[in-house]
Amino acid sequence: MAENKKVLVIGGGFSGLTAAVEAAEAGFETVIVEKTPFLGGRVTQLNKYFPKLCPPNCGLEINFKRIKNNADITFYTLAEVEKISGREGSYDVTIKISPRFVNDKCTGCNACNEACPVEMPNEFNFGMDKTKAAYITHNQAFPFKYVVDAKHCKGASCAKCVEACKYDAIHLDMKPETVTLNVGAVVLAAGWDLYDVTKLDILGGGQIKNVVTNMQMERLASPNGPTGGKILRPSDGKEVKNIAFVQCAGSRDENHLPYCSYICCMASLKQATYLREQYADSKARIFYIDIRTPGRYEQFYWKVKEDTNITLTKGKVAKLTEDPATGDVILVAEDVQAGKKITERFDMVVLAAGMVPSTKALKIPGEISYTDDGFVVPGTLKKGIYAVGSMKSPVDVSKSVQDATGTAIKTIQSARR
Amino acid sequence: MEKKFGVYFCKGCGIGESVSFEKLKPRVSGKGKVPVDCIKEHPVLCSPEGLEFIKNDIKEGTNTIIIGACSPRVKYAEFDFPGTLTERVNLREFVAWTAEPMSADAQSLADDYMVMGILKAQKGGMPEPNILPDLSKTILVIGGGMSGLTSAIETANAGYQVVLVEKEAELGGWGAKLYKETPRQYPFDKLEEPGIFARIKEVESHPNIKVFKSSVLEKTDGQPGLLDITIKTNGNSESMRVGAVIMAAGWKPYDASKLEYLGYGKPNVITNVQMEEMAKKGQIIRPSDGKEAKKVAFIQCAGSRDANHLPYCSSFCCATSLKQAKYVREKNGEALAMVFYKDIRTPGQTELFYKSMQNDPGIMLTKAEVTGISDAGNGNLFVEADNTLLGEKIKVEADLVVLATGIVPATRAPQEYLDGLTEAQKKGDVAKNSYLEATPKPDFILNLTYRQGPELPSLEGASGFADSNFICFQYETRRTGIYAAGCVRQPMTMADAADDAAGAAMKAIQCVEHVAKGIAVHPRAWDTTFPDPMMIKCTSCKRCTEECPFGAIDEDEKGTPFYRLNRCRRCGTCMGACPERIVSFKDFSVDIVGSMIKSIEVDEDEFRIIVLACENDAYPALDSAAIKRIKINPKVRIIPVRCLGSTNLVWVTDAFSKGIDGLVLLGCKYGENYQCHFVKGSELANYRFSKVKETLDKLQLESDRCQLLQISISEYDNLPKLINDFVERVEEIGPNPFKEF
Repeated sequence: MAENKKVLVIGGGFSGLTAAVEAAEAGFETVIVEKTPFLGGRVTQLNKYFPKLCPPNCGLEINFKRIKNNADITFYTLAEVEKISGREGSYDVTIKISPRFVNDKCTGCNACNEACPVEMPNEFNFGMDKTKAAYITHNQAFPFKYVVDAKHCKGASCAKCVEACKYDAIHLDMKPETVTLNVGAVVLAAGWDLYDVTKLDILGGGQIKNVVTNMQMERLASPNGPTGGKILRPSDGKEVKNIAFVQCAGSRDENHLPYCSYICCMASLKQATYLREQYADSKARIFYIDIRTPGRYEQFYWKVKEDTNITLTKGKVAKLTEDPATGDVILVAEDVQAGKKITERFDMVVLAAGMVPSTKALKIPGEISYTDDGFVVPGTLKKGIYAVGSMKSPVDVSKSVQDATGTAIKTIQSARR
Repeated sequence: MEKKFGVYFCKGCGIGESVSFEKLKPRVSGKGKVPVDCIKEHPVLCSPEGLEFIKNDIKEGTNTIIIGACSPRVKYAEFDFPGTLTERVNLREFVAWTAEPMSADAQSLADDYMVMGILKAQKGGMPEPNILPDLSKTILVIGGGMSGLTSAIETANAGYQVVLVEKEAELGGWGAKLYKETPRQYPFDKLEEPGIFARIKEVESHPNIKVFKSSVLEKTDGQPGLLDITIKTNGNSESMRVGAVIMAAGWKPYDASKLEYLGYGKPNVITNVQMEEMAKKGQIIRPSDGKEAKKVAFIQCAGSRDANHLPYCSSFCCATSLKQAKYVREKNGEALAMVFYKDIRTPGQTELFYKSMQNDPGIMLTKAEVTGISDAGNGNLFVEADNTLLGEKIKVEADLVVLATGIVPATRAPQEYLDGLTEAQKKGDVAKNSYLEATPKPDFILNLTYRQGPELPSLEGASGFADSNFICFQYETRRTGIYAAGCVRQPMTMADAADDAAGAAMKAIQCVEHVAKGIAVHPRAWDTTFPDPMMIKCTSCKRCTEECPFGAIDEDEKGTPFYRLNRCRRCGTCMGACPERIVSFKDFSVDIVGSMIKSIEVDEDEFRIIVLACENDAYPALDSAAIKRIKINPKVRIIPVRCLGSTNLVWVTDAFSKGIDGLVLLGCKYGENYQCHFVKGSELANYRFSKVKETLDKLQLESDRCQLLQISISEYDNLPKLINDFVERVEEIGPNPFKEF
């Protein structure tokens, strides 16, 4: 058998982590390249997983522990692949690493964060609060190493963080670096972005304060989110007692995303339980085209339906508007089964926005073909290059894990060639 | 190995400002029984200079290292000294960041934690993997359908030998019976030829794959790496050794004879499986008179999503009916196809297929509750439906009705049989025997000789599917080295089954590789320690064999337990269960934790509370609270454990006899949707705890001094308060009366 070669994994979200860890635990060297400063990807922003309602950080912690205990796994954060060339068994890869401005001496003591005078919108919380320019996203972030935001930091003229750091960990003059690797196989696990709701004019186009996305709802419900986990509406911090979910916000719509985003039905059902758990007198109404809870997820749907304060209405939402006096959202929808138009007022409305492969906006270098919607076409990939999870089609975490684990064995086959 | 200690105290990150090294040094030296000159301080231990400081001592022969610094969750790469026994003491998170700086409390916390760390290193030893001889790396695949074939190919292509056992005479399973497959490629608008035949060919010609057709598994004995199996083929048996198993035994269609209300039994009402067979033969004709069907009605969720039949969605039927509707139309441009659905479920890009079908005027799709099928004369049928998009209570005539029946996993029948047997056994031998006589035994799949039963236990409430309980870890089963794939795990499409099968193949080869190195498999996939019971003291009480979540312990003829080490996941549940306290790991034992508990300084005037924290979730949660600088009650001492299941009741005695005032077990949520990584560790701990509470009450020691708290890793904000509330309750009860002894 040929000598084992390295496996490169592009993306450090749950798919990428899984592919890397699984291959490494069979004895292969794996390298993760992650664009953001931390590993974990989208799931780090989730409050709970459906249908178990368990916290994503639990499984992440185990995976991070697997990484910490496995010398065969290395990772680069703030890193992007610039070039891939070669063939199965021998791909040359160029990786560009943007400066973190914080080195390995960082102890995670938080002194830089305290000293930093710059406040910036907290992207981790989708702009619903502010963070400092020297920051970590959350307390279970991995690596547990701060980062200085290149865009917002005032640089050497300020350098308050440099003064505050007792460990010589912050260097604002750090330069981008380039790393080249030779690997046997490449995994594309670049993940997904939420559909841009400003394109959904009839649903307020992102202009109505109390219309949030499903991902924002996750942050509002998360204990480490902007409200400490209390579901409060953005305009006035009022407790949300009456909420509507608009399914297929962008998805299954020729003008936006022609496909189904897979996760949104289960996500909205789950999010309805967040609210119901917090406020005994709260009500939730879900407007849908079809409820898609495949397989045993059906049981979760049944359980949620048992709650008489949760209503499910088949019908498309035609319009959302803001009542400027109260900040309430006025929703107009058709109730298909009753055959009538509904106009109803809600404290807050959640758009079950769809999933867009991150390769829609940012293509991975190399000869890779994409569908019109930005998904990788697996059959056209060169040997030794594999796409996982939401690169190929919208999927949930379970399916991403299945796919990434299965991809790991394929990378092993390639790395042994 | 003779231990030469080096005890290091880091003064960085506020530790130096919280705790006095000068005070700590003599106390730690005295109680920890280490020479005072090997206790050293450094301003920043994780800095290059600090690490050099330690490494210089290692060069001089220091081999047992205690790092009093930050949490072991950070700086893991820095404080990794191969060839040494290194113990991390969490002074930063559990003292400096959570206690009042330079207070007596902080000092006492640091003293106690450092001494506990030293004791752990003193009592512990260097792990050496236990590699069993004569291991096999061959992978057994059960099932020759899409999942089994794919698993076999992927495993073989990765360089492993594969044995595939198929109970039918031919490979292919349901996939070989298909006329067409649903679109697999963008833009998802064309039906595809079945892909299974290429896989059959690949399997049958693969040099690494040996196929047994018309065969079943008669017996599976042993443990991963050493699984001795017997394959029965047409009455002949053959034995061999394999390393791990992929169980892809597949599914059966739901029994349509139970769907009389949907007209099954009428000549022109068929199932989706019958439809496929018919299409494969050529024309779509009516069974009653052989006339070509021109108005075909598809009834979705025939049995699925129905509390009286299957309480789940079978996942593939919507796309399958759309496919069948499409080929009805392709075969005869005049024919009409009508699909009656509850919800159309074409998730992901399958939606594009659905969309393409909506453009065909010969296809009618409507949401409907089908209330019945009645005769319309001439063999035609009326589909009666309510709440449709076409109106309420409609009646549509069709000349052929196709019921979209769902999936029943092959694991369901054995599971139901075994559940029944367990219930009967509870009622005694008479009930058990009459059950065995009266109940036909279904086909078993694995026929394990394991003490905990012959099959893979399916997940509770999962309708017989042998699924994982974990979202993040899809291939977790309760039988190490046996991985379920495809429709025995969940209802899924052919394409999903292929992906799933590759995943199971990955886990199987990982298992044999780990076993070959003497390392545990997930979730402690780095662990080279193993349970090492002192069998001479075993009383054969069998608690370990019953409680092991992975069925790793069997019993010999005399009823004495013995470990099947390669099945073990190193959770320590057996260690917690054993009343004789004979189970130990190199770095984790009843004695180690007991000694740590007993080393805690107890003052008559001070309350002391012990928190035994699950290291998977509770410990990171405590760390996270500390990162937020939320104060933790300084009367508390935190001791991490592998899983709450490893909690031995003697620790409770150790604690209370020592004068500890209260004890908290901090672990994962249990019950339905349990979060314990070892299945039921916290639940078992709670059960054991309830027993000790009775004893405490008898001793007139208030049982409220013990409490188990279930927390999730993300609930850390509130965790210090939960602990503090407990401390306050203990303070109300008053000091432990045994303190004065």
